[in-house]
Amino acid sequence: MATTEKLMAVTGNQAVAMAMKQIDPDVVAAYPITPQTDVVQSYSQYVADGEVQTEFVTVESEHSAMSACIGSAAAGARTMTATSSAGFALMWEVVYVAASMRLPIVMTTVNRALSGPINIHCDHSDSMGGRDSGWIQIYNEDAQEAYDATVMSFPIAEHPDVSLPLMNMYDGFIISGAIGPLRPLSDAAVKDFIGEKPAVLNLLDSEHPVTFGPFDGLHGWYFEHKIAQNRAMEAALPVIQETYDRFAEVTGRQYQHLMCYDMEDADVAIVVIGSAAGTARTVMAKLKAEGLKVGLVKIRTFRPFPTAEIARVLSGVKAVAVLDRADSFGAMGGPLYLEILAALYHEGVHTKTVNCIYGLGGRDLYPQNIEDVFRMLADAAGGADLPQSRVYLNMKGE
Amino acid sequence: MTAAKMVAELAVERGKHFQAFPEYGPERSGAPIVAFTRLSSEPIQIYSPIEHPNLVLVLDETLVGTVDVTDGAPDDAIVIVNTTESPEEISAHMDFGSRRVMCVAATKIALDTIGKAIPNTPMVGAIAKATGLFTLDEIEEHLRESFGKKFSEKVVEGNVEAVRRAYKEVQG
Repeated sequence: MATTEKLMAVTGNQAVAMAMKQIDPDVVAAYPITPQTDVVQSYSQYVADGEVQTEFVTVESEHSAMSACIGSAAAGARTMTATSSAGFALMWEVVYVAASMRLPIVMTTVNRALSGPINIHCDHSDSMGGRDSGWIQIYNEDAQEAYDATVMSFPIAEHPDVSLPLMNMYDGFIISGAIGPLRPLSDAAVKDFIGEKPAVLNLLDSEHPVTFGPFDGLHGWYFEHKIAQNRAMEAALPVIQETYDRFAEVTGRQYQHLMCYDMEDADVAIVVIGSAAGTARTVMAKLKAEGLKVGLVKIRTFRPFPTAEIARVLSGVKAVAVLDRADSFGAMGGPLYLEILAALYHEGVHTKTVNCIYGLGGRDLYPQNIEDVFRMLADAAGGADLPQSRVYLNMKGE
Repeated sequence: MTAAKMVAELAVERGKHFQAFPEYGPERSGAPIVAFTRLSSEPIQIYSPIEHPNLVLVLDETLVGTVDVTDGAPDDAIVIVNTTESPEEISAHMDFGSRRVMCVAATKIALDTIGKAIPNTPMVGAIAKATGLFTLDEIEEHLRESFGKKFSEKVVEGNVEAVRRAYKEVQG
């Protein structure tokens, strides 16, 4: 049996919709209007054409979309949805409920800015705001990664040691709206990879009646519940890697929490999330030809965060730039930078660091911007100081 | 994006690597937008707008002389304009430098052959003539294969004729 189909030309959103079609979940509940992406539009076409068995529920808001997903997942149904930007923000209250009820809902969050000024272009401020919500977060570089991550989602989320909701991200427009190459798996290979949903306690099992999401007052078990959520997150880290490894056996495409490029002999490194990694690799090829020892770390798994691993891969370099496509106003830097600094301190790694903010609201990131960062790092490796405050890439007016 | 998708699919069929993406501007019909396509024999990993295009397609001729459609294009770039004017006439609206200017009445061809003012398909014929990236036969085969599943034979044949005419009629 051939496990992969021939190469296709599709957008990032079409790639993810195709993965969803092959998964054919029991329920998809989604809000069908802007800021929703055409993931849902494509999926509704599959439903209309009878290509899936899914119960497709269109709702009146993103808050209702996640609420419907919670009800569906609590009833034991395999449940998916998609969102983006302000739509994710509107889900906020119930995003936390999904995680605390330990429901393995799988959601695509296409990374786009939060207003204002009114802007729907790419940045990571939507999903970064949800990093403490208790959802597993996987960030993808291109359409192929987003497709692959969607296929890998249920085996991670539904794993008995985990039982947590999972969201997959990829860059709005840059990947979501761009036509790129995709080599999908065959329908049978997807079905085989995700397997049957494990039996769990659910609302419709009248033989084993259970209560979901009840009131839990001052003297209840809320606190212990939160501890259990964190333990599940810790347990997810090895489960995610095992799933990545199993996927590699089927497809030959090997993923890691951190994807390292030329880190073995790197003097300096950039850490980045999403499509900017591809642009960075293009720049690295040029700089390596000049003899500069540059490396790149792309973060795929952001929640749970691979703390020890990031500290280990950065322990050998003399200077690191962390590129954030979101900011945390009033903090020492963007969300990824804070995470990396904490990891380095925790593991006792002392290296020079700088935080670069880029791409907010869809601002372009050019190869020259990344080259400038690598040259700044090379100077730092040679003894120069790095800026202590944020460096803004491709800012107007300077 | 229709033209970009067609070029992308043609590239895939030839084993080439590609990337095509629009820059989403104002969400109103007729607003000027920019879209980019990269083709390569190597995998494409760069995700930023094209700064130095080898080929510029101008679908709306009123942009010539209004914006610098050759911004960043090297001296040996090719510019194809959808217009009923000749390369000499269109060059009166702006300075194209030493770049090769080609003209094709893609909207008129589309109206004649497809019956709608959608210049995308004929522009692909003009690209084939200008660059030699694809032959007429290859485009025709692709159209019959991909459009044939979705549209009537009349629509498919109209598109095939549009490509042929643009290939033949493009000047410059």
